[in-house]
Amino acid sequence: MAVQVDVPLAPTRRHRAAALFRAALVPALAILTALVIGAIIIWFSAPSNRGTRLEVVVAAYRGLFAGAFGSRVAIANTLVEATPYILAGLAVTVAFKCGLFNIGAEGQLFMGALASTTVGFTITGLPAIIHLPLALIAGAVAAGLWGAIPGYLRARTGAHEVITTIMFNFIAFRLVDYFIVSGPLRDRRASLPRTPFIQANAQLPRFVGPLEPANLTGGQEYRPLIVTTDPGWNIRLHLGFLIALLAVWIIWWLLNRTTTGFEIRTVGANPEAARYAGMSITKNFVLTMALSGALAGLAGAGQALGLERNMKSLFSSGYGFDSIAIALLARSNPIAIIPAAIFWGALNTGKGEMQALTGISSDLIRIIQALVIMFVAADQIVRWIFRIRQAHGEQMVFSRGWGK
Amino acid sequence: MSAQQPPALEVRNITKRFPGVLANDGISFTLEKGEIHAFLGENGAGKSTLMNILYGLYAPDEGEILINGRPVTIRNSADAIALGLGMVHQEYALVDTLTVAENIMLGTEIVSGPLLDERRANQRISQLSREYGLQVPPDALVQDLPVGVQQRVEILKALYRNAEILILDEPTAVLTPQEAEDLFRVMRSLVARGKSIIFISHKLKEVLSIADRITVLRRGRVVGTALPHESTDRTLAVMMVGRSVVLTVDKDESQPGEVVLDVSNLVVLDDRQQVAVDGVSLQVRAGEVLGIAGVQGNGQTELVDAINGLRPVVDGRVCIAEQETTTAAPRHISELGVAYIPEDRKGTGLVLAYPIADNLVLSTYYRSPFARGMRILANTIEEQARKLVKEFDIRTPSIWTTAGSLSGGNQQKIIVAREFSRPIKLLVASQPTRGIDVGSIEFIHRSIIQQRDDGVAVLVVSAELDEVLALSDRIAVMYKGKILAVLPQPEATRERLGLLMAGITDEHPSEEKVNGSTG
Amino acid sequence: MQGTVTQPHVSSGGNIRRGITRARIVGTIGIIVATLLIFAITSRVGADKVSVLNIPQPGAPQNQPLFRIPLPTVATVVVIQGLLGVAGLYVALRQPLRWIAAYVSAVIGFAFFTILLWAVAGSSVDLVDVLARVVRLATPITLGALAGLICERSGVVNIGIEGTMLFSAAFGYIAAILTGNTWLGVLAALLTGCLVSALHALLSVNFKVDQIISGTVINLLAVGVTGYLRGGFISPYEQSSGATLTAQALPGLPIPGLAQIPVIGPILFNHQPITYLMLILVFVINLLLFRTVWGLRTRAVGEQPKAADTVGIPVNRLRFWNVVASGLISGLAGAWFSLESTFRFDDVMTSGRGFIALAAMIFGKWTPLGAFGGALLFSSADALQIKIQGFNFGLPRQFLQMLPYLVTLVVLAGIIGRARPPAAVGKPYEKG
Repeated sequence: MAVQVDVPLAPTRRHRAAALFRAALVPALAILTALVIGAIIIWFSAPSNRGTRLEVVVAAYRGLFAGAFGSRVAIANTLVEATPYILAGLAVTVAFKCGLFNIGAEGQLFMGALASTTVGFTITGLPAIIHLPLALIAGAVAAGLWGAIPGYLRARTGAHEVITTIMFNFIAFRLVDYFIVSGPLRDRRASLPRTPFIQANAQLPRFVGPLEPANLTGGQEYRPLIVTTDPGWNIRLHLGFLIALLAVWIIWWLLNRTTTGFEIRTVGANPEAARYAGMSITKNFVLTMALSGALAGLAGAGQALGLERNMKSLFSSGYGFDSIAIALLARSNPIAIIPAAIFWGALNTGKGEMQALTGISSDLIRIIQALVIMFVAADQIVRWIFRIRQAHGEQMVFSRGWGK
Repeated sequence: MSAQQPPALEVRNITKRFPGVLANDGISFTLEKGEIHAFLGENGAGKSTLMNILYGLYAPDEGEILINGRPVTIRNSADAIALGLGMVHQEYALVDTLTVAENIMLGTEIVSGPLLDERRANQRISQLSREYGLQVPPDALVQDLPVGVQQRVEILKALYRNAEILILDEPTAVLTPQEAEDLFRVMRSLVARGKSIIFISHKLKEVLSIADRITVLRRGRVVGTALPHESTDRTLAVMMVGRSVVLTVDKDESQPGEVVLDVSNLVVLDDRQQVAVDGVSLQVRAGEVLGIAGVQGNGQTELVDAINGLRPVVDGRVCIAEQETTTAAPRHISELGVAYIPEDRKGTGLVLAYPIADNLVLSTYYRSPFARGMRILANTIEEQARKLVKEFDIRTPSIWTTAGSLSGGNQQKIIVAREFSRPIKLLVASQPTRGIDVGSIEFIHRSIIQQRDDGVAVLVVSAELDEVLALSDRIAVMYKGKILAVLPQPEATRERLGLLMAGITDEHPSEEKVNGSTG
Repeated sequence: MQGTVTQPHVSSGGNIRRGITRARIVGTIGIIVATLLIFAITSRVGADKVSVLNIPQPGAPQNQPLFRIPLPTVATVVVIQGLLGVAGLYVALRQPLRWIAAYVSAVIGFAFFTILLWAVAGSSVDLVDVLARVVRLATPITLGALAGLICERSGVVNIGIEGTMLFSAAFGYIAAILTGNTWLGVLAALLTGCLVSALHALLSVNFKVDQIISGTVINLLAVGVTGYLRGGFISPYEQSSGATLTAQALPGLPIPGLAQIPVIGPILFNHQPITYLMLILVFVINLLLFRTVWGLRTRAVGEQPKAADTVGIPVNRLRFWNVVASGLISGLAGAWFSLESTFRFDDVMTSGRGFIALAAMIFGKWTPLGAFGGALLFSSADALQIKIQGFNFGLPRQFLQMLPYLVTLVVLAGIIGRARPPAAVGKPYEKG
């Protein structure tokens, strides 16, 4: 029997710091590698009228950074962009912890947004203190149920959640399409297919900014928490961001400090042992997927109630899919979701400035993001490039085959 | 053996290191043509490592190997096969879903044109079968065959590849004594035809009866070589363990009390939905140990799973402490005071990625004092861990060490500590000491008897006859899903149990009938 | 000696099991589906309506069919669904495990048939055209399933087939518009498939990345990269070259003589090249898998890699090349999307067919013929959905579009418990 030489002792502060460094090292290097390859692509596709190739590369990344963090508005936009990523990334993470791979965050996000919007515009006359929570809960519950079904199918029939959640995505897209385009939730006065605007009392208010005039929002007047006409404070950051941070804390606490979390993690680490220890696989699969779905649903609800204020048929731009990348980047650590999501949001926010400065297509960011995903998931490649030893510890395994 | 003929195999100074372990330390030996050379040693003595080196699965760090006097390098199993080595692994290297013929020819296929030629393959196989007395059905799927026949397929696989040297790794571990006899007959016919055999075992009696020479390994070193007619099981045991082995566990007469576990007419299916437990009835009383003997795979696993609520019961009843638990959830059963030491330590009993502290509360984490409401109380878990690690002598640098990085014996102690750390009425122990060191075995045996003496009803399932004999007050023999007999320990001789394990009954009219009264 | 284990407590038809079993759920769902359909038909369709199924004469005008089968809509549906309901009761009560898969297929198949009859009540439909469409639409699903089963039979899960198809569709299309030759496009698609699969093989076999994650990475990469290509290259190129694109979709190749056979001709012998290739590959791969050395070794490696290793078969090398080879087939499927069924490239145009293919593979118990059967089941949902969109019909379009995905769910949930995947699937192999 092999004896391990460097065993972790009691988790002291110093050890935690070392562990944090070890955990963050590989994702950081993965990002670095992807950015270097991105630089190479820019090098070769640099337009000739913008200076030397090196200047273009530098300008591109400077533009990317300035676009994401260069001003108060830019930072706010990055955080706005990060909000759904935090929640949806958290959704994928929770499922990871239970050994489940939720690829259905996108569909759950749609269902959550649909339910929240519906509650947001159909009910009138409620005070905000009731209407807003009600709309949020509606989104979480609807998406939670939508997520719970694949969890139940996995536990009771063995149908693998990777396939079933994808099927549920497609079904959700069609369902939303039905309700918004040809169905009962369409705003008949609008030329483009969309729902009516939500009641002002159902909105997730922006923190600071001007009043949004009613003529642009279908008769509703959306009031930020602090009203100002200063254009430097016209920012879209809304209450949803705080909800996302709160969700991170709750999920961290749930996973690490409660019996529920212990069960979820045990089922994920060794389902046989969990069953032996008296835990119910079915209960935990359903619970985890419901929780995961609810988080993704909140992401959708946040977008609908905090940004769009209505729902269009082309609603999300792949937040649910990108959340898989974020969960992988954060190594399924709930706290690490926050920097991972902000990084992702920064790429999305900064790419416009990059294109404006250099003429490089902002779609390049998608390639960089794809590379980041690849290097993060295949951390062995990064370890191999940078010669880093594989650490011992919890390793997630999803490919348990399609049966039970 | 003539002096000028070089040995079939010679090994010089083989050394193999694993991280933290010296698995083989300067091992040398020879294997003559037509010889059965036995390797004796405890689990972990380095036997399997040595054989894997011979078969090219590991590369030795030092030393050389000579075949027929010529030095060879064996980089992989293909090299080994080409050099005339054939190996029957402890866990058979067979593909369950392929036929016998397909398994035998795999890797050395007989083809006509682009397609497999099953007819010619079958011919070749039946020819080998006849020559060595190894009957197999070529068209049957391996998964449908009994273990003894699967072993013949393994041997045929080696012969099909023209093996001159056969390595049999613990071949009798899963056989009944009668099947083992059959195997010995085949082995004798093989050496009679000039093949040479390396026979690995930790069973002293077998080795004495079949081997021409015996090499004893301990902690990766050759302790000595003995000839069977000059040795006894006592002398070999001393060589093997380095001191006299405690073959028995000191214990007093049992004081049976109330019936704690009452199983009647139980029917349970296995993973393939076949009947595995076929109408089993048994009772275990407080303060006694009922041992279940039997060759592995005769329904013991399914029986124990069903008692613990981990496998659905098709028919029959299970009562624990006068409560029916036939359809109860595992948690409910455990709360009735049932402790369960599962047979698969790593897969079922532990979460290897968790620290020891968490593994010690794996089945009690939700209860006071480890949790209040849904909050987990880390401090009490830590206290509990420190206490149990000391009490059960779990050798670990820290309670935060992951269970996966401990030795098998220490892992098993975690499970025992956990299960014994709460008040229990019934203990179900399945293969409680498989593959662990002697020190841990003794510790666990003593702990089990201690529980018995404290009035716990104990059900022990073990494939090791010695273990069943040492621990039990009564012994039940399981065969093909049925309990053939329950014998009081003094009446249970190895011979009687051996016959029963092979399914042969009605020789002893004095047998206690299963469904009859037990007290 | 007891040669056989007697089973006194178990009936010969199967095991009567307690609780909520798969059989009970399947049977109950069958009964519910039958009841719903009978209710819908009797309430929405007049009792006098007749649905006409036409069997055309190949080459003859549409209005002169070979056969004309008029079916009274309501009566036919009530009889068929009534029988299925009764069968559902039997399944739920007696739990005949081996018939569950067949029952699920029957429920789905006849649900389609019922919807078809409903849609054409008072009108007529060309039945052979529907069936030919089923075969045509089964092409990418079957090919994906074949690719999947080559991987899984050797022990590698490949959920990246969807992404591989998407990559191949995009690069195949680009090659076709650049060279003006669709066949070169197909070649490029095959090559792309190989390369993308090689990435999956590298990650999952060599670097031992979790296979599901590796597949997901490929799917995410595919959406990102092909989206970039379409926005940054394909669309601008199409606009700048306008109508001067010379290449077009692969031609239809009716097989002379055979294509003229009534019924069979249009269904099997009047297709485009990739569809023919698909039909041939089903049988070729079946033969390769079960009758050749390669097949034997592949099955061994996916089931019990250690056994294969000990007889000198290089497990990881075989897995690697099998995954790469599967890329050829996924590549062909990708070419079907952008070069055969249409001649263009849309974002995410594979729309989940790669995943449905995996469901077909599971449905077919990892055999090529079975996978083809599963693919036909799924493609009939597709074909039905497309065919009846023209009829003015009670169900909204979006619900019909859900059909393939719903069917996949039902099949996976209803059947998978009976199917046993290759034992080593998903587990990286390491020596020792």
